[in-house]
Amino acid sequence: MALIEAKNLWKEYGSNVVLEQVNTRVEKGEFITIVGTSGCGKTTFLRMLLGIEQPTRGELLLEGKPFPDEPGDERGIVFQKYSVFPHLSVLKNTMLASEFEQAPIIGKLFGSKRKLAEADAREMLASVGLEHAMDKYPHELSGGMQQRLAIAQALMKKPKILLLDEPFGALDPGIRGDMHKLIQDLWKKTGITIFMITHDLTEGFYLGTRLWVFDKIRLDAQKANAYGACITYDIPVGQIDNTIYEDIDYSLDQSRKVLLD
Amino acid sequence: MKRLINRKPDRILRFILGALPFILILVIYMVSSNARLAENPNDKLLPSVNSMATAVDKLAFEPSKRNGDYLFWSDTASSLKRLGLGISISALIGLLFGILNGAIPYIRANLSPFITAFSLIPPLAILPILFIIFGLGEVSKVVLIAFGITPFIMRDMQGKVMELPAEQIIKAQTLGASSWLVITRVIVPQVLPRLIDALRLSLGAAWLFLIAAEAIASSDGLGYRIFLVRRYLAMDIILPYVVWITFLSFFIDYLLKTLSERLFPWFHAEAK
Repeated sequence: MALIEAKNLWKEYGSNVVLEQVNTRVEKGEFITIVGTSGCGKTTFLRMLLGIEQPTRGELLLEGKPFPDEPGDERGIVFQKYSVFPHLSVLKNTMLASEFEQAPIIGKLFGSKRKLAEADAREMLASVGLEHAMDKYPHELSGGMQQRLAIAQALMKKPKILLLDEPFGALDPGIRGDMHKLIQDLWKKTGITIFMITHDLTEGFYLGTRLWVFDKIRLDAQKANAYGACITYDIPVGQIDNTIYEDIDYSLDQSRKVLLD
Repeated sequence: MKRLINRKPDRILRFILGALPFILILVIYMVSSNARLAENPNDKLLPSVNSMATAVDKLAFEPSKRNGDYLFWSDTASSLKRLGLGISISALIGLLFGILNGAIPYIRANLSPFITAFSLIPPLAILPILFIIFGLGEVSKVVLIAFGITPFIMRDMQGKVMELPAEQIIKAQTLGASSWLVITRVIVPQVLPRLIDALRLSLGAAWLFLIAAEAIASSDGLGYRIFLVRRYLAMDIILPYVVWITFLSFFIDYLLKTLSERLFPWFHAEAK
């Protein structure tokens, strides 16, 4: 059974069609990068995976069952911003998942349980390279370090699926390279299934195992939202050559022009 | 020559510029007071600094003939007690309902329109009702303060809860938090510094309601004293009392600000 399956999935807001006829299967352990012009439904699709949007037609299945209609602990998320809690230190941000699980009433741990949770959090923080910043607050961290923290925090819950919504979009190119390495290492180590939205086509071309392009096949320049987007390219990352790259780049550019002008 | 908008005074100059209006008003007062007193030594309207000092000295350091209290201090204590109680009650109720309204759509749908309507009732207009229900004692004064500032705090807290980035609330849920844990571990700690901000903003209104209540029905308190001695045109008492109230207000504001900076350093670092 596929981990995630979309069967003839549609998403419409009134007469605006965002997604149409999305059909796909994702197996456990895949690392999918998603590119597409803004307004082409990639964020909407991610929000459906998150459970904060529901399809208007068709089915979206998680292990054969309809997707939960609210966020839950089997799906972790890292947003571009605001993914960490500004009022908690790095260590406490990372311990949050354990505290939520083991102290459903007071939300805080004490004594030996706390020591255990702290040790787990320290280990996780070390694996993302934040061992020297345990007691700092998020505002004292650089953008890259904040995203490392957000990833560590999300992985503490050992989710089946990790959703990344342009996680490195606001970072400098050099730091972005470090983050790519980090996320690939973590993916190999944990075998987690990753969906990552990016607006950087080259990023999509060497990260992960599979590249999706969300785009509109039918485009009406007078009424851009009459038709929805679907997955126009679904290619294994290893097999991409320059022609495909240029094809995708060209088609994205075309819809960008129609949509934004 | 740099543009005016790009020129900044240094520390010393900033201090002098800041102090200037205070000095100016003091000088203007003393000059006019002298002028009036030179014409008529019994003038009551602009008493000399000396006579104000004597009046305060008498109230603050000599026991009153009637009950042996040091009136200045007992007035201050009564007023601060009422103010403190009123503000604390408002803070608690405002925080509770603000968070419930901000975080839970069902409660918001149910209570938000009511609170909005309720907050539009002019508090002073219901002061007679408070006197009728709670009598002329302490309760009605505290209730007036609470009634006056709670709606603002509630609405402000609701807004602040709803301003928290949706990303954080979603993230907490993906970490396994229930509604209760989202509220207690994510929302409450983040709106507490904002509650202190709201209290600072409502201090002025709280004083207004306190003095109004004391002026109408009371037997002690700073507002009571001012309105009592008004009958004798005792500007030598009224003016120092006004300065004292202003100072207290400033001091409470300063305390709240310092408290917030101590307790929530992350909040103030973020705001910068």
